[in-house]
Amino acid sequence: MSCKPYIRETSKTTWYLEHPRYKRYMAREVTCIFILIFTFELVCALGAVANGPEAYAAFLAKLHSPLSILFNLVALVVTVYHSVTWFNVTPQAMPVQIGEEFVPGQYIVGAHYGVWAVVSLVVLILGVW
Amino acid sequence: MSERQIELEVLRYDPEKDSAPRFQTYSVPCLNEWVVLDALNYVKENLDTTLSYRWSCHMAVCGSCGMMINGEPKLACKAFIHEYSDKIRVEPLAHFPIERDLVTVIEDFIGKLSSVKPYLIPKDDKPISAGEFKQTPAELIKFKQYTLCINCMLCYAACPQYGLVPEFVGPAAIALAHRYNQDSRDGGRDARQEVVASNEGVWECSFVGACSEVCPKHVDPAGALQQVKVASTIDWYKEHLMPWVKK
Ligand code: SF4
Ligand code: FES
Repeated sequence: MSCKPYIRETSKTTWYLEHPRYKRYMAREVTCIFILIFTFELVCALGAVANGPEAYAAFLAKLHSPLSILFNLVALVVTVYHSVTWFNVTPQAMPVQIGEEFVPGQYIVGAHYGVWAVVSLVVLILGVW
Repeated sequence: MSERQIELEVLRYDPEKDSAPRFQTYSVPCLNEWVVLDALNYVKENLDTTLSYRWSCHMAVCGSCGMMINGEPKLACKAFIHEYSDKIRVEPLAHFPIERDLVTVIEDFIGKLSSVKPYLIPKDDKPISAGEFKQTPAELIKFKQYTLCINCMLCYAACPQYGLVPEFVGPAAIALAHRYNQDSRDGGRDARQEVVASNEGVWECSFVGACSEVCPKHVDPAGALQQVKVASTIDWYKEHLMPWVKK
């Protein structure tokens, strides 16, 4: 080893700008912030339901503000992106082996979309009911 | 055979003379079927004998020619000239200290690799006279893809987490630990977990996935790391919620 190896520092604040794949990763991570805020909104909704019909009506009225509609629209788009990016990597994290073969990745991804659709449908039916 | 003049912009660093790296440009007449390593060899043989870089097999097997080519971790012997424009920038692998020119200091990786005990630790000690350890094809494919790793360290150069937290055990070492853990003949998982399942081990990984994108051997280290996370999480639940269940 040489007496004076040169060390290139990685920037702690701008590293993710250095490569498109890092930016893609950051985009996926940033979606969590929207999901966090949406989850908070959901908890508030539950609180309003628990506090009786007037509280719930007041909560619903707040949801009708343009800012709230905008946020919920953005949160929806971002959540879909979040889910799609994570579903697409599930075959890497959860490979399924049957006998001497691995189940092709697209089946595992497909199964996730299937479960997603079923759960969404159940929630929709329960909601309409 | 068509020939093309390529401007090869190579990072140079002489620890005895330079305080920081600099770039030197060589004009190299390249044949279209050449790889970047051929261009470097041309420089070494015809233009500048002082240029230092590692290589050996010229066929993507030895893993020693990893370098940044236009900012992307690549094997120089697998980076075809015809895929690049007339100007190619060559730098030593990112995240590793530069020893000289394109040669990096790799002791950190070697240490991490040996810390995960990347060898078979037999489950049961049987005498040689008892014969070989048998394995079915189904048991073999569980880990076969991880055996293809050539220790080229491209995954470490691609991993932003390794750049930010140098203590991170990193993709290839953990993927190799996983390779032995998945082997039906092996019984060394507990001995490896201490390093592999530590904070600097698999939990430092945030699944950027860059390692698997650049791996020249399709090892998919990112996949291995996520599988190790799943298995380690199951261990934790067993230990804390069902202490009576033996691992
Ligand atoms: S996992 Fe792939 S990129 Fe990493 S050292 Fe092994 S062969 Fe190279
Ligand atoms: S020279 Fe052996 S991998 Fe490139």
